[in-house]
Amino acid sequence: MRYLPKSQSERREMLHAIGVKSIENLFETIPAKYRLHDALKLPGPLSEMEIIDYFKARATENSCGYTSFLGAGVYQHVRSVVTDALVQRGEFLTSYTPYQAEISQGTLQAIFEFQTLMSQLTGQEVANASMYDGSTALTESVLMAQRLTRRHRVVVARTVHPEYRQVLATYAKHLGIEVEEFGFAPSGQVDAASIRADAWKEAAAIVVQSPNFFGVLESLGPIAETAHQHGALLIDCITEPLALGIVKPPEEADIVALEAQSFGVPPSYGGPYVGVIATRDKFVRQMPGRLAGETTDGAGRRGFCLTLATREQHIRREKATSNICTNEALYALVVTIHLCLLGKEGVRELAAQNLSKAHFARDVMKQIPGVTLPFSGKTFNEFVMDFPRPVKQINEKLLVEKIIGPLALDKYYPGQEKRGLMCVTEVTPRAEIERLAAAVNKILQSGT
Amino acid sequence: MNQKHSATDLEATSNGIKKARGHVSQNEGLIFEKSVTGKRGIEFPPLDVPAVDPAKELGAKFAREGVEGFPEVSEIEVIRHFTRLSTWNYAIDLGMYPLGSCTMKYNPRVNEFVARLDGLATEHPSQPDAVSQGCLRIMHDLEKCLLEITGMDAASLEPVAGAQGELTGLLLIRAYLESKGSARKKVLIPDSAHGTNPASVVISGYEVENIKSNERGQIDIAHFRQFVTEDVAALMITNPSTLGVYEENIAEIAAILHERGALLYMDGANMNALAGITRPGDFGVDVMHLNLHKTFSTPHGGGGPGAGPVLIKKILEPFLPVPVVREQNGKFALDFNRPQSIGRVRAYCGNFGVLLRALAYTLAYGPGIRQATEDAVLNANYIRKHLESFYDLPYDLPSMHEVVFSDARQKKHGVNTMDIAKRLIDYGFHPYTTAFPLIVPGALMIEPTESESKEECDLFIDAMRAIAAEAETNPELVKTAPHATRVGRLDEVAAARKPILRWKPRQHLDTTPHKIATTTVVPTA
Amino acid sequence: MYPSDFRYTKDHEWLQVSGATGTIGITDYAQNALGDVVFVELPKVGAKLKAGEVLGTVESVKAVSEVFSPVGGEVTEVNSELANTPEKINQDPHRSAWLVKIKMDNPQDAAKLMDAKAYQEYVAEKEKEQTA
Repeated sequence: MRYLPKSQSERREMLHAIGVKSIENLFETIPAKYRLHDALKLPGPLSEMEIIDYFKARATENSCGYTSFLGAGVYQHVRSVVTDALVQRGEFLTSYTPYQAEISQGTLQAIFEFQTLMSQLTGQEVANASMYDGSTALTESVLMAQRLTRRHRVVVARTVHPEYRQVLATYAKHLGIEVEEFGFAPSGQVDAASIRADAWKEAAAIVVQSPNFFGVLESLGPIAETAHQHGALLIDCITEPLALGIVKPPEEADIVALEAQSFGVPPSYGGPYVGVIATRDKFVRQMPGRLAGETTDGAGRRGFCLTLATREQHIRREKATSNICTNEALYALVVTIHLCLLGKEGVRELAAQNLSKAHFARDVMKQIPGVTLPFSGKTFNEFVMDFPRPVKQINEKLLVEKIIGPLALDKYYPGQEKRGLMCVTEVTPRAEIERLAAAVNKILQSGT
Repeated sequence: MNQKHSATDLEATSNGIKKARGHVSQNEGLIFEKSVTGKRGIEFPPLDVPAVDPAKELGAKFAREGVEGFPEVSEIEVIRHFTRLSTWNYAIDLGMYPLGSCTMKYNPRVNEFVARLDGLATEHPSQPDAVSQGCLRIMHDLEKCLLEITGMDAASLEPVAGAQGELTGLLLIRAYLESKGSARKKVLIPDSAHGTNPASVVISGYEVENIKSNERGQIDIAHFRQFVTEDVAALMITNPSTLGVYEENIAEIAAILHERGALLYMDGANMNALAGITRPGDFGVDVMHLNLHKTFSTPHGGGGPGAGPVLIKKILEPFLPVPVVREQNGKFALDFNRPQSIGRVRAYCGNFGVLLRALAYTLAYGPGIRQATEDAVLNANYIRKHLESFYDLPYDLPSMHEVVFSDARQKKHGVNTMDIAKRLIDYGFHPYTTAFPLIVPGALMIEPTESESKEECDLFIDAMRAIAAEAETNPELVKTAPHATRVGRLDEVAAARKPILRWKPRQHLDTTPHKIATTTVVPTA
Repeated sequence: MYPSDFRYTKDHEWLQVSGATGTIGITDYAQNALGDVVFVELPKVGAKLKAGEVLGTVESVKAVSEVFSPVGGEVTEVNSELANTPEKINQDPHRSAWLVKIKMDNPQDAAKLMDAKAYQEYVAEKEKEQTA
C-alpha cells in the first residue's frame, strides 16, 4: 500500500525487536470474540487514478454547466490560484494546532494577521482565530452574551438566517436560554417596535443580521441604543462580509458573529467554512475560541503564541467558555491570504462590483410583468422578489434551461411560496442575468 | 528563559543530531508593515453592467470609504510573505509528528486534488437535490464505509469537529432517554478523558461525574457498578483510553449500563488503533463519533477544519439531526422531515469537503485499512520497546497505537516533560503530547501513527535516548531548549497579562528589521 | 512565612479579621502552586457570599484556580489594582495582594479556620505528598 512506508521484512524485523511472533500478539488485549476474522466489506483498494475517476464521475452528477442565482448565506466569488497555491504548502496544510510556538510561528503569525483583518473589517476591537462557521459563531455569541449579562433570554430577528436560528435553538434548549423571535417591517428591516416589552426584561442580547437574510441592510444604531437601555447586548450576524467593503462596519454591536466564506472559500456543498467572533476588548475573556497574541522570547525577539487559553476546554474542562477545540484554521488562512491579495482597494472595488451587478439584476427583473420587489430597504448583492406563481414551479422550469433560480423562501418561511431570494455577484455575467430574466418572462407568459 | 548561545556553544549541543542541520530562515514582518498605498495583489475583469456609485446608492447612513488598515501589497509580496511564514512551521510533510491522541498521519495529496474539482468544490448547499446527486452519493458512500468500519447502524455526517460530534451524540442520548420517560441527570467520565468531553456534557445540559481509573489505568468494574444509578444517562469513554490501552472490560461495562437503562458513548479519537481489527458496534457501544481529521487522514491545517460524524445504534435513529441523506431507487435526497430530530447542529450538511477527503482515504485502503492499524500499533510498540529502559512507564499494560511515559526519572535532574519535548525540536522532530492524560504526572504521550517508516522511528528513538542522556549529563541544555529555532521559548506570561491580539498602526512604529539575526545558527550533524 | 494573625483554609485562602471586617487573599503556597498569575476575577462590591462559595478566580497561563470565601459576608471592597498588576499575587500574596474585604456575618466563624501553625503543618504535609 503506497501510503505505508514499510516492507514485509521490516515489519518482521520490528516484531522481532518487540519480542512477539506475530502482529496478532499486539492485539491480544482485545477479547478474541470481538476481533474481526473476516476482511471489512469496503470498496477498494483504489489507486490514485481510480480515486480521481470516482470523484470526477460524482462531479458530473452535480450542477456543472448550470448558472446559479443562489446566495442566502453562501456566495460564489472570485478565488485566486495564488491563495490555493499557498494553502497547499505542506507546512500550512499538514501542521497541527500551534501549541508548540517555536516551530509554529508561520501559523501563529498568520492567525494574528487574521484576527487583525477581522477586527478592521468589522470595526471591532478584537476577533478570534475562527469558529466552525457562521451558524455556530452566532450560537456561541449568544452563549457569550448569556455569560456576560447573566441573563437567559435572547431576542432574535426572523430576518436572521433561518438555519442559524435552527442551530441556536438546538443549543439553547438545554442551556436554559429562551429564544424569542420578532418580525420585520415593510422595508424588509427588523421591526424592533414589535418586540414585546416583557421580552426585553432579562434579555441577554438582541440578534440581528446585516445585510439580513432578505439582503436588506439594517440600521444598527437605534437597535443598539434600545438594547443598551434594557441592559442587553447587540449581536450582529454577518453572512456576506464582502458588503463591509462599502458598508459601514457594525461598530455599534457588542458582538459580531461572522461567516467569512465569501473571502476565497469555495462553497463546497456546505463546508468547511470559517466563522469568526469579534467583540470589544473588555469582553475578550468570555469569548470562545483560540487566540494568538504577540509577545517576545528570552532574547527579546518578537514572536506569537496562543494565549488566554484558560478560557478553553483543555484547561477549564466543564467550566470552559465552549467545547470548541478543532476550529477552521486552514480556511482562516485562506481568508487571510485572499484579503491580503484584495487589499484595501480590491475589497472596495469587488464590493462595488457586487452592488452594481445586483442593482442591474434588480432593474432587469422588475421589468418582467408580474414580478415585484416587496422590500424598500437598501440592499447589497441579494434581493427578494414576489412572483405571480410559486417560485418552486418557476425553478423547476428554469432547471431545464440549466439555471438554478432564486431561493424559494417558503423553505424557511411557510406561506411565502411566491417569494424568491436572488443573489448576483461579480462572477455572474450580465448575459446570464439577461438569460434568467428572459426565461422567467417566458415561463410566466406561458401561463402553465 | 532562553539564553543566547554562540555558534560554538550550539555545535557542542549538536552531537548525535542526525535528522536536522542549519538552514537560512528569512525574516518577515507583519503584512500590515509591508503595506504601501496604491499597491494591489489582484485585478478583476471590467464591470459588464453600468457602475453604481456606492456612496450615492447607499447614502451617508450606510456608505463606508474603505476598510481602514487593510494592507496594500502586490501579488509577489503576498506569495513571499506567506511562503516565508510557512517555512517557520513544522509539518507532517517534513517528518514525524508524534502527538499522542492527535493521530498526525500522512494527508494524501490526491484527497486535496479531488476536493478541488469543478462540480464538487463549486456546489452550493442550497441547490436542488436533482443537481446534487454526486455530492449526496459521496456522503452516502462515506456513511456506508463508516458504518462497516464501526459496526454501527446509522450516522449523521453533520458535526464538523470531534467536540461537536460529542455534543450531538449526547443530545441523541438525551432525546432517546426523554422518549423513554426521563432524560436522567449525569454523564460519567473517566479522569483520563479529553477536556472536550466534560465541556460537551455541560452544553448538553447534563452534569459531569468524574470516575477514577484504577491503578492499572482501567475502569474498575466493581467500583463502576456503584456509580451507575438511575440518574446516570451514559458513560463517555475513550477506547483505547488516552493511555493507549484497550479497555479490557468494555463489553461488561456496556452490559452494566444497559441493564440500568443507561447508554455507552465512545469517543472515537483513538479509532486508529481499532479500524479493521474490532468494531465498537460489536462490543456494545451505542453512540460514538469519529474524528475524520485523525483516523481518516484529513489535514489538520494548523488547527482545523475537521469533521466529527456521529454513529449510532438503531434505537437512536429517529433523533438524528437534520438533514439526513436518504437513498431511494438509486436517487439521493436530503431528508428534513424528521419530527423527533434533535434539530440542527450546524447550517447546511456539515463539512462536506472534509467528508469527501475521508472517503478518498477509505477508498484508497479498502479492507486494507487493517494494515494501517497494524502498522500504527507496530510503530508504537517498537518505540515503547526501545525507550522503556530510558523513560518511566507508569502503566505497563500492553500499548496499542500510542504509548505514555512519564518524566519521573528525568525530574530528578530538574528536567520535565516540556523540556524534553522542546529539546526534541532541536533533533528535528515535533514534540509528543505533554502533560496529558492528566492521570499521569509529567506525561510524554507518543503516537507515531502508521505513516512512519522504520528509519524515522529509529531516528526518533535515537533522539529520545540522546535527550535522556543529556538530562543526566547536561540538564541545562535540555531545560533551555530549543536552541535551533528562530525564536526561543516565548514569554507566555506577558502575552496573557497584557494581551496584544491584533496589529495596530501606532504600536508598531518600529518596522525596521527585528532583533532577529538573518540566519539562525543551527547545530550541524 | 505565614502571618500568625491570619486564619487559613484547606483551599489555601487566608483571612485577616479586624472587627467585623475580614480581608481575604490566597496564600504563598497557592501562588507558588499556580505559577505566574496573569489574571484575577473578583466579585462586585455588595455581593453576598456564603462560606465556601466561589468568590473569584485566579489564573496563570495554564491553570485556573477558584478562590472560595473562608467565611460568609458582604463584599465591601475589592482590590482593583490587581486587574493591572496580577503579578502582585506572586510578589506579595499576604499583604498588598489581598483580594477582597468583606463585612463578616459572624466574626467568630474565623475561629473555625486553621491558625498559622496548623496551616504550616498542613502545607508541609502537602509538600511531602508531592515529592513522594
